[in-house]
Amino acid sequence: MTSQAQTARKRRRSLASRLYTWLTSMNLAIALLSILAIASVIGTVLQQNQPFNDYLIEFGPFWYEVFKTLGLYDVYSVSWFVAILLFLLASTSACLLRNTPGFLRDIKSFRLNAQEKSLKAFAHSRQFETPLDGDEVAERARGLLQQLGYKARLKQRDGETLVAARKGGMNRIGYVLTHLGMVVILVGGLVDSKMYLKTLNMLGVVEVETRDLPVSQVPEESHLPPDSLAGFRGSVNIPEGKWGDVAFIGLKDGYVVQNLPFKIEVEDFFVEFYDTGMPKSFNSELTLTDKETGESTTETIRVNHPLRYKGYNIFQSSFGDGGTELTFDAWQLAGDVGSHQEREGKVNDDTTFEFDGKKYTLEFRDFSLFNVNPTEGPDGKTENTNFGPSVTFRLRDAAGQAIEYENYFQPVDFDGTRYFLSGVTKEVGGQQQFLFIPADRNNSIETFMAFYAKLKDRDAIAGVAADLIGQTTQGREQRDQRMQNAAARSIAELVTTFVNDGFSALGERVDQSLAERGLTGEQAEQARNATFGVVQQVLMRTYMEVLDEQGIEDFTQQDEAFFENALDVITVIPSYGSPIYVAPKSFNHIQSTGLEITRAPGMLWVYLGSLMLTAGIFMLFYIHYRRLWVLIKPSTLDQDGQSGDQRVVVAGTDARKNIDFDQAFAQFSNELQRRTGSKGQNNPSSTPAKG
Amino acid sequence: MSVPNEQMANGFEPASELPTQKRIGVIDVLWALAMLVAAGIGYTQYSESLDVYATGTLFGAALGLGFLGWVWPATRWLTGVVAVVSMYALWQYNILGADGAVGRDALAQFQESNFLFKFLLSSQAATMWMVALFFLSIPTYFIGLAVRSEYGLKVGSALVWSGSAMAFIGFFSRWRESYLINLDYGHIPVSNLYEVFIVFAVVTALLYLFYEKRYNSRSLGGFVMTIVGVALAFLMWYQFTRDAEVIAPLVPALNSWWMKIHVPANFIGYGTFAIAAMVGIAYLIKQKMGGDGPNDRLPSLAVMDDIQYKAIALGFAFFTIATILGAMWAAEAWGGYWSWDPKETWALIVWLNYAAWLHMRLTKGWRGPVMAWWSIGGLFITSFAFLGVNMFLSGLHSYGEL
Ligand code: HEM
Repeated sequence: MTSQAQTARKRRRSLASRLYTWLTSMNLAIALLSILAIASVIGTVLQQNQPFNDYLIEFGPFWYEVFKTLGLYDVYSVSWFVAILLFLLASTSACLLRNTPGFLRDIKSFRLNAQEKSLKAFAHSRQFETPLDGDEVAERARGLLQQLGYKARLKQRDGETLVAARKGGMNRIGYVLTHLGMVVILVGGLVDSKMYLKTLNMLGVVEVETRDLPVSQVPEESHLPPDSLAGFRGSVNIPEGKWGDVAFIGLKDGYVVQNLPFKIEVEDFFVEFYDTGMPKSFNSELTLTDKETGESTTETIRVNHPLRYKGYNIFQSSFGDGGTELTFDAWQLAGDVGSHQEREGKVNDDTTFEFDGKKYTLEFRDFSLFNVNPTEGPDGKTENTNFGPSVTFRLRDAAGQAIEYENYFQPVDFDGTRYFLSGVTKEVGGQQQFLFIPADRNNSIETFMAFYAKLKDRDAIAGVAADLIGQTTQGREQRDQRMQNAAARSIAELVTTFVNDGFSALGERVDQSLAERGLTGEQAEQARNATFGVVQQVLMRTYMEVLDEQGIEDFTQQDEAFFENALDVITVIPSYGSPIYVAPKSFNHIQSTGLEITRAPGMLWVYLGSLMLTAGIFMLFYIHYRRLWVLIKPSTLDQDGQSGDQRVVVAGTDARKNIDFDQAFAQFSNELQRRTGSKGQNNPSSTPAKG
Repeated sequence: MSVPNEQMANGFEPASELPTQKRIGVIDVLWALAMLVAAGIGYTQYSESLDVYATGTLFGAALGLGFLGWVWPATRWLTGVVAVVSMYALWQYNILGADGAVGRDALAQFQESNFLFKFLLSSQAATMWMVALFFLSIPTYFIGLAVRSEYGLKVGSALVWSGSAMAFIGFFSRWRESYLINLDYGHIPVSNLYEVFIVFAVVTALLYLFYEKRYNSRSLGGFVMTIVGVALAFLMWYQFTRDAEVIAPLVPALNSWWMKIHVPANFIGYGTFAIAAMVGIAYLIKQKMGGDGPNDRLPSLAVMDDIQYKAIALGFAFFTIATILGAMWAAEAWGGYWSWDPKETWALIVWLNYAAWLHMRLTKGWRGPVMAWWSIGGLFITSFAFLGVNMFLSGLHSYGEL
């Protein structure tokens, strides 16, 4: 071997050993613990694994890219974070490797070669004299030590006797268990992590799919055959009555498809409720069919009660609508107002229709069977009221603008009056506002629609107005017919303004015409009120006509309230935003269940490691690793070397250096002094303080 | 580093090394037997509705209380008083609810019309007593400390003991009340922010009482009870502004056996970390005022340093257990033992922080002000994990949104 090779090797070895020293250093350990803690914070303040588009909107293009490059959207599986964990794993393993052999040797040794000088230098050490002879002292010391649970050994050496004792060696085993437990947990956790999948993706074996496709159309590169990953966590939504045999694993800004070795058929999904309407439990009845053996099992899972099957775990994690079928009446609010058609729809399905030459898409998004809301009861207390089922849909126009509506199936009672509710949300995340359409005597929306239709019918209004004018002028001198017609026309005009554009438009219109006629002050006010009165009368007459048509003869207070409420609705319809009113009629509720499907072979290791960690920590904290020495030496007071007395040096250590040992040591020494009848103690209860 | 013994003489009780210490006496045996007999009676009464876990818990609790009575005799008083009073309350409630649940209104009516329940035994009344007694203990302790009155300090301790008793009485009442309102609602009251604040208060108070006895020093009471007082002030705010005391049913994710052990284990951690921080404050104050001296009011710096270590060690051990239990629960409820959910992650951060603290003290031998500051800092991290996460971050943990 050349000397060059030798030095190279030496350098290499010293590099390796330097690395080892660094890995086992406490500074690194503390640094790693701190870095891990700080890095962990990131994922708690930045919501993880959201659609990438949301981040783009939130941070803008620049920071979006920066954060994406740093992997902050899935920080706990990004390579640099995993690297920290691996470092901690390496460091802890290295510590174990370095300390364990020494610790194990240490707990077997009694340290029988301790010298007087070193014993006296201990932080806990004391000296006294006793008249007993050496063997007797040693015997009594040993007896006391054993009584205290120490293991003791005796050694005679040139005229002196050393009793060495130790206890609590399990403390050192605790060190090993604690840190080994940590290693085992980390290994188990990494086995179950996304690390392997990410590596496959990096190597190009597996591709991430970002499009929203049916499973059958997802390309082969994004499918993982069963058993290709040791551990994974995926999820899937399956509607009632349907089945699935894959789970989707989120990766980057898309997903990969994990094929399962069994089919999951969802027989039923159901929610149990408390009397408050709060959900009590979410349940899915599932039938699993093994693809290989064909055998199947049926079981009901719910939150906190998963199904375990051949190493796979299936959890109830969410639920949604699985395509509830609906029928509804589409009432026209424009054009041929008051006519309606019965239609069918399905949640998560879109239907398009044309109206007034414009194209619209009706997108049913959700259906909910119960809508429990706090309402104020008759006695002023808040109580929970179920508003019944509702359907949520969006109406999108040709330009892509959409308004979200939530319409209720049944009228809801507020203080004895029933209304059909339609919630309107114009902007995403905006406030929901409600349209309260009064229900008629038959609990139907028809009277309102008929009334509205009539108000929209110019001829009908003109007729009512002409009637009214005619009646008011009756009995007086026959006036000019043309003037009457003009008055009726302008009244009808005002009513139409009110119906089409709302109350404030009516007000403006009236003010404008008053100004044109040059009226001001008191006069204007009078004329204004008179005009409103006439409009009101026309509206009322129109309403009466509707009631007549329905064969209703008695006019009750309810009917009057209906009229007021109907007018309230009519003034806001112009801003309702939809040319039709969707009045849902019937439904066939189909739900879907959201399942979390996992495989976690590392879990067993994590639990084993946890057990070791827990046991180890308690051993570390509550078993004291202590040593005591009693050195007995003939006193050298006389010149000839013998006085018959013995000099005793007591010393002790505790790995923890906590103050309990100060006390314990003092007590031990005192007791030993007492038992050996020692003399010359001026302060028997105290340890000479050192350190 | 070792401590001159003179300083410790008044601050530290003999440790177990003394051969004559901690014999098992007749009373200890009788007490343990009494506990077992009580459990046995309970078992024969209700055996058909107890499963294996419940039976195990019942007898485990009996053994635990027997053991606790031996290592810490004062707890026998607490156990006894709570048992007798709670038993009476439960008996009355059992008469009321003999045919099952009676509903919220009937329960409220009963509590209104019964003097004892209105002012003492209903969970609301008992909890208010706890709050009042704990609050009162703070000035009492501080006055006792200021005027060096051992008697004053003893009154402080007595207030804390009584407050703890009321907390437990309220706890058991509330537990039973939840079933009286609706059998479906029934649950151990450790399931929302309001309930766990009470748990925090009583756990911290009891752990403190333990150290008070162990170190034979009552002078830290004012400091520790201050943090309890802060928590209770929050509790009162929460109750009066949000009606947080109303007993509500559990959300499905919390309806689990794991909750019953996960939550209390966590609170032993939170409680001890809080104690360590408050002792840290006392440490720094004393150090600023010149450190140990002949006329000390507070325990020696070394003792306060030691209490911080003992508290953090105990807390760390239980926090480890709690986190593991949480992981096992998550494995059942969410589909994975570790999801990096914000609450979970912050528990890890807290844990890592104290792991670092312990390593520093043990392997580097760090003591003194730095560690005291670190204990205080640790409480901020812990508080964030306990409260901040619920307030500011969103995640899977479904209880305690503010
Ligand atoms: C991964 C997380 C770790 C945890 C949870 C952990 C936990 C603990 C605990 C609880 C103690 C006992 C402290 C005491 O009794 O006050 C301890 C001691 C110790 N740890 Fe760690 N530790 C970890 C990592 C490490 C690493 C990476 C090293 C290597 C540098 C290390 C080296 C030590 C040493 C040397 C002791 C002292 C043992 C003794 O003398 O009793 N630990 N550890």
